[in-house]
Amino acid sequence: MAIPENARKYWRANLKYLAVLLLIWFAVSFGCGILFKDFLNRYSLGGFKLGFWFAQQGSIYVFVILIFVYVWLMNRLDKKHGYNEK
Amino acid sequence: MSVQLWTWILVGITFALYFGIAIWARAGSTKEFYVAGGGVSPLANGMATAADWMSAASFISMAGIISFAGYDGSVYLMGWTGGYVLLALLLAPYLRKFGKFTVPDFIGDRYYSNTARTVAVICALIVSFTYVAGQMRGVGIVFSQFLQVEITTGVVIGMAVVLVFAFLGGMKGITYTQVAQYCVLIFAFMVPAIFISIQMTGNIIPQIGMGGRVEDGTYLLEKLDSLHTQLGFKEYTEGTKSTWDVFAITLALMAGTAGLPHVIVRFFTVPNVKDARKSAGLALLLIAILYTTAPAVSVFARTNLIETVSNQEYTALPQWFKNWEDTGLIAWSDKNGDGKIQYVNGEATTGKPEFTEARGASGERLIANASAETNELYVDRDIMVLANPEIAQLPAWVIALVAAGGLAAALSTAAGLLLVISTSVSHDLIKKQLKPNISEKGELMAARISIFVAIIVAGLFGIYPPGFVAAVVALAFGLAAASFFPAIVLGIFDKRMNKQGAISGMVVGIILMLFYMIRFKTGLIGVMEPLPASEWWFDTSPEGFGTVAMTVNVIISVIVSRLTPAPPESVQEIVEHIRIPSGAGEAQSH
Repeated sequence: MAIPENARKYWRANLKYLAVLLLIWFAVSFGCGILFKDFLNRYSLGGFKLGFWFAQQGSIYVFVILIFVYVWLMNRLDKKHGYNEK
Repeated sequence: MSVQLWTWILVGITFALYFGIAIWARAGSTKEFYVAGGGVSPLANGMATAADWMSAASFISMAGIISFAGYDGSVYLMGWTGGYVLLALLLAPYLRKFGKFTVPDFIGDRYYSNTARTVAVICALIVSFTYVAGQMRGVGIVFSQFLQVEITTGVVIGMAVVLVFAFLGGMKGITYTQVAQYCVLIFAFMVPAIFISIQMTGNIIPQIGMGGRVEDGTYLLEKLDSLHTQLGFKEYTEGTKSTWDVFAITLALMAGTAGLPHVIVRFFTVPNVKDARKSAGLALLLIAILYTTAPAVSVFARTNLIETVSNQEYTALPQWFKNWEDTGLIAWSDKNGDGKIQYVNGEATTGKPEFTEARGASGERLIANASAETNELYVDRDIMVLANPEIAQLPAWVIALVAAGGLAAALSTAAGLLLVISTSVSHDLIKKQLKPNISEKGELMAARISIFVAIIVAGLFGIYPPGFVAAVVALAFGLAAASFFPAIVLGIFDKRMNKQGAISGMVVGIILMLFYMIRFKTGLIGVMEPLPASEWWFDTSPEGFGTVAMTVNVIISVIVSRLTPAPPESVQEIVEHIRIPSGAGEAQSH
């Protein structure tokens, strides 16, 4: 089955976005909040130790931003490839 | 007005509202029943998803658990929110494009096999039942606390309420009821948090107050850390779990969240793919309001608790302490006979406290199973959110509001789960397998009957919880992670994945997880006692084992699929089709 060029390009761009966004997802939670927590705890953000802040606050804020960035990127990509509806 | 009166008023008003909505949104067709007709706006869907997702566990228990676990509690915060990123990026848009009612529908069609569908149905039922049993218990506890009835009566009232609106409305009724429940629960959670934040740190935003300074100018968290050190606890901002275990639990909770059938099914209810993406974002935003406030509540409650009780005379303690002692959720035994409360690291009792009928020298309830350790105080983690407003001496209406919020949280989740259970039975099992020519009316009737049966069974679990249910609830996530999550993700992103691979992966994943969980949580296999942590495989706790089982699932799926024939052309076309967002149309029944 031949896949239209347009669809293939769209899918490749989609995978690229996913890779970048998931890398950030991993970095803030598993990275800053867990693996490098002890290192980051040497620094502080107001009354928070930095690693602790990432684990209980920061990662969640980043998650929310990530999804909205994804929505924005995908809407733009849909438009570019003519897949947008209304 | 008293707390009791306020509770009746607030619970009465909110319940009237839920019933009103359920009647207004009565379902006429199977499509309305299963996916609310596929026409719910992203905001309404986001709110419903958030309410569906935030259970009694999120509302009542989570802040309490974090309060006692400190940094270790972060696994729940990151795990349950990070899963939404996976859901939004890897699952929701594609499943919406696919456009069927249920997760087993997707698995059955993508893997062109009724066996795969059956395996998925069984996994969905195991996951949902484990989860709903805990919810019904939660409903019972909240009702019994605030209406002061027996826990059994509490569960029965809860069953009746869930039954009425699930029965009448189906997905449509549940969706709009959940919108109302979201508003109630978030308001009920935020009001006391804001009050206490102002009281303790002078900051109106709890998320900032948590990192703020207390009256004497030191940072709240520093103060809590030093209180902890003085009393022999590990510092609040440090954990006791190993880094690997924190990692594994977080990942299992994330993948489990994304794989929970009652959350996934939410994304079938919006009109198109674009809305499905947006809806996941809105849902997480609405959830994050509670999830970033909860750790602040934990810190406030923990500090307040230590300051109020540590080294105080029992006779001088405020009334809330004695009220909770009467319910058996707080216990104190004056081990050194000085009449003061010694609250330090260690277990005060062996297991849950067992009360004798007698009273001690200070008027406290005597317990039969005090431990040999120095700590004299037992506090049940579940009371932290409920008792927090009382500890901080907030007005009666705020305390009552928390009751209404807890009920909204428990009921909305129970309703969503019961719907998934009934859909699995009536649609995936009866319509797709046993009796394909069933009429729409007959299917709707079967769905309602199975909701009825599911509620009775869930209620029985709530009234007579088998010893292991409580332990197993958190593990529902491990089960979802070990079974569905890889099958769905691979189904979308790996075109070469075939039925042999997916089925063997799911079966091995869920059996491995069930085995580990039963062996290490209940001791039913091999030995009589749950095995100690030193016996864990790869130093992984049962809660974190979902990560291991999921990895095994993926490896087996990939290897088996490469050794067996590629999926047929028509299935590869399905995959191409769901990767393109346009032309989703309405959710189809077949």
